[in-house]
Order: sequence, then C-alpha cells, then structure tokens
Amino acid sequence: MDKNNLIINLEEISFIYPGGAPVLNQLGLQLHRGERLGLVGPNGSGKTTLFQIIMGLLRPSSGRIEILGRTVAREKDFREVRKRIGLLFQDADDQLFSPTVLEDVAFGPLNLGKSKDEAREISMRTLEMLGLAGFEDRITHNLSGGEKKLLSLATVLAMEPEALLLDEPSNGLDDNTKEKLIEVLSGLDLSYILITHEADFLAKTVDRICRMENGKILTDIESYPHYHLHEHARGRYPHEHH
Amino acid sequence: MIQEPFATGSSHIHCLDPRLKILFATAYSFIVALSNRFPALFAALMLSLLLIGLARLNVWKVAKRVALVNGLILFLWLVLPLTFEGTPLFHLGPLSVTREGVLLCARISLKSNAILLIFIAFVSTMPITTLGHAMNRLRLPGKLIHLLLLTYRYVFVIDQEYQRLVRAAKIRGFRPKTTINTYRTYAYLMGMLFVRASARAERVHHAMVCRGFDGRFYCLRHFSPTRTDWIWSAFMISIILGLLSLEWTRII
Ligand SMILES: Nc1ncnc2c1ncn2[C@@H]1O[C@H](COP(=O)(O)OP(=O)(O)OP(=O)(O)O)[C@@H](O)[C@H]1O
Ligand SMILES: [Mg+2]
Repeated sequence: MDKNNLIINLEEISFIYPGGAPVLNQLGLQLHRGERLGLVGPNGSGKTTLFQIIMGLLRPSSGRIEILGRTVAREKDFREVRKRIGLLFQDADDQLFSPTVLEDVAFGPLNLGKSKDEAREISMRTLEMLGLAGFEDRITHNLSGGEKKLLSLATVLAMEPEALLLDEPSNGLDDNTKEKLIEVLSGLDLSYILITHEADFLAKTVDRICRMENGKILTDIESYPHYHLHEHARGRYPHEHH
Repeated sequence: MIQEPFATGSSHIHCLDPRLKILFATAYSFIVALSNRFPALFAALMLSLLLIGLARLNVWKVAKRVALVNGLILFLWLVLPLTFEGTPLFHLGPLSVTREGVLLCARISLKSNAILLIFIAFVSTMPITTLGHAMNRLRLPGKLIHLLLLTYRYVFVIDQEYQRLVRAAKIRGFRPKTTINTYRTYAYLMGMLFVRASARAERVHHAMVCRGFDGRFYCLRHFSPTRTDWIWSAFMISIILGLLSLEWTRII
C-alpha cells in the first residue's frame, strides 16, 4: 500500500523497562487507513507496552515512530498524536477518573477546546450511540464492569479520533455486551489495532492479525481470522450458541 | 468504606441549592466557633437540631455519628476540669475541679455538636460530586476540589484492591492473630497496597494525558437558585443575625 495511507508506522522499535528484560526488540508495525488489525500474543509479550509507546507514554530506546505521515519523537509531537489517536485502556478504572459519567465523556472534547455546550452535545451523542443514554448523571464507580468498558470507549470516541488502539476491549464482557461492542466497532468508520485473547471476538472485529512474540511482530505467520468448529460435552444434542 | 447515608432524600433541605447550603453551613460554623455566651451556644444547638429534623434524616444514623465525636469530647471532660486553672468547685482527693474548666468543656461540647449537626444537615445531604461542583461554582481553588473528587473516585478502587489482597491472604490460610507473623503480613498488605495505588496513579495520569489533560479541569454543572432558595436564604440570614445578636448584644 502507498505511504500516504499510513496512519501508524513503527520502524525498529526497541524498549526495555528499567531493570527488566527487553520487551520490544527491533519491532516494526504498520497500520493503514481503513485497516482493522488484530494484535495477539502471550501474556507479558509487550502488547500494552507497544500501545503506550505509540501514544508517547513511554519512550523507546531506539527506533522511529511515524504517525499520520510525521515523525514523532518529543512530548510536543505526541500531544498532537493524542488528539488524533484514541487509546482504550486495559482496565476501565484507569480510564474513568471523573466522578460522573457526563464529565468523563466531556473531558476530552473540553480539552480539545470545544465549548461546554458542544462538549455536552458530543458526549450525549456518543453515550446514545453506545446504548448508554440516560447514564450521564450516574456516579462512575457505581457502574458495572461492562458499563465501565463501554463508557471508556465513549470517552475515547468523544474525541473524534482518526484511529483507535483497543487494549482487550472484550475482557470481562458478557455475550450481549460483546455483541454490542462488535456492532459498534463495525459501525465505526475508523482504523484500529485491537488486542484480545479471544479468537471468536477477533474473528468478528478485524481483517488482519499480527502475532507478537519475543519483542517482534512475526510477519511471516501473518494470518487471517476464520472460525473453527469445536467439540464439547453437549455437542451431540441440538443447542444454541451466543 | 465511604458511605453517603444522608446524601439522597426528598426533604426541603435536600432540594436546596448546594451553594447556599455550603455558604450557610460555613458562616454558621464560624459564628458558633467564635461565640462564647451560653444563650448563643444553646440557641445554636437547638437550631442545629431543628434543621436536622427538617432534613428528615435517619435519627439512629445521625446519633451514631454524633456519638463518635462526643467520645472524643468525653476525654476533654475527664481532663480539662482537673487541669484548668481557676476557682475550685469541689475536690476529688488531691485534685480540684475548677469552675472555668467545666465551663470551657461545656462550651466546647455545645460548639462542636452544633457545628457537627449543621454539617450533617446541610453538607452531608448532598452527594460528594455535587459538593465538588458547588465548591467549583463558589470559586474555591480547583486543585483542592479535584483532590477531593479524585480521592472520592479512587477510594473505592483502592478498597477493592485491598479486599482482593486480604482475600488472597485468607484463601492461603491467613488468620489474623496477635503474632509477629500477622503484623508482618499486614505490613506486606499495606506495602502492596501503596505500590498498587502508585502504579494506578501513574496509569490514571496516562489516561488523562491521552485525553489532552493540560492541568485544567472543567465543571459542567449549573446551579440556578429557585424561589424556595431565596426564601430559605432569608431564613438563614435571620438565623445568623439572631445568633450574632445573642452573642454580641446582651439581650439575654
Ligand atoms: N512498569 C513496568 N516496569 C517493569 N516491567 C514492566 C512494567 N510494565 C510491564 N512490565 C513487563 O513488561 C512485559 C510486557 O508487559 P505488557 O503489559 O506490555 O504485556 P502484555 O502483552 O500487554 O500482556 P497481557 O496480555 O497480560 O496484558 C511483561 O513482562 C511485564 O512484566
Ligand atoms: Mg496488556
């Protein structure tokens, strides 16, 4: 694909936590416009770390980061990046720091310089889209895990980003909420990278899968999502799957 | 764990403009704290009780809270009358109970109860978030307010984390005893809690930075006083004037 369509372009990124083993080792990754990319890999392989590097929350020890056609290296550059790429955190309690739902969703738009009325407007629209209409005055910490997850997504979407980094969005969701999330993600006209450990969820949400291992993206086994038949105890009798 | 047993309700006091309630409770507390004459102090205590009644709070829960503070005051009653210099009222062996000491204790008791009750009636009758928003609208320092609101937001998360740690210890057979091992385990739990809290703080800060945080917080809440609020403020002003005149003009 041509270079103008690159949203994220990582080249030879290496990263070591102070006092730890190398987490990323000369890693390269590309996300093109319109692409929906799945990122899989064992626990501790550095997926979350990679997202933090893209957002400029951690600095790589070497390598080049190019976002939307521009090389980014300093805090000032990353401030631009954060306005255009949204990160959904692995733990919703990290993402939702405001006492009430509306304030949390409006936080991003207000920081982008929107007026209070505009921010409120955008927030209500985003909540509605995620099936959270009527939640605006709820106290954040009283929400259920699934509601918190959807709300986290709302806070990211309210900033109207051009791409998303989703860190295990389906974690801890029941089947209905998962369906809802799949529906929302496929309705969005956004490029994203999605981390998950769930094969079924992956198959329904991404077009391409990358595997991460030993600090690298294994491009040679780049794969495409597909379903598998499975075996289980009640398999002989007719039954429904969610 | 933090509970807000009085925050919701349908009494007149619950429906008042939170800014008005904060302003009144603050002004009232200052006046009570600075008053010294018993007519003013007794009147204040009665008024506080009356307002608690108007807020229609669960009497039992209010009593429990008040009892907590009065436990501390009890210690003052045990110590102050014996140690304060003044004219002796009567003697307890080698010690003597002074008139001034008793009066001082009485004043402290009246003042603290009146102030505590007014805060229960007027400030604890709103959710903490509303308290934060109202403080913001009263132009109190933003940093202070957000310290309050973030604490409120994460105290629950940290409590959950603590419960998880305790459960983890329990399922591995930990039972609190008064042994050095128990104390060590609690020390580990606390240490672990601090580590997790600070890691959490860093991630939350990351989340804020990702959404363009530049040190400023915004408040979307608007409060607009209703007719009832105006009527109540007239009532509150007369209370304040009444207390002031009891203290500084010697009507009684
Ligand atoms: N703050 C930190 N300090 C030191 N080491 C860390 C830190 N955060 C993560 N690590 C280590 O870096 C490695 C990669 O962690 P990371 O969270 O990126 O993994 P992950 O792929 O997201 O795993 P999971 O699937 O469990 O979420 C792990 O071995 C982890 O122990
Ligand atoms: Mg992770």
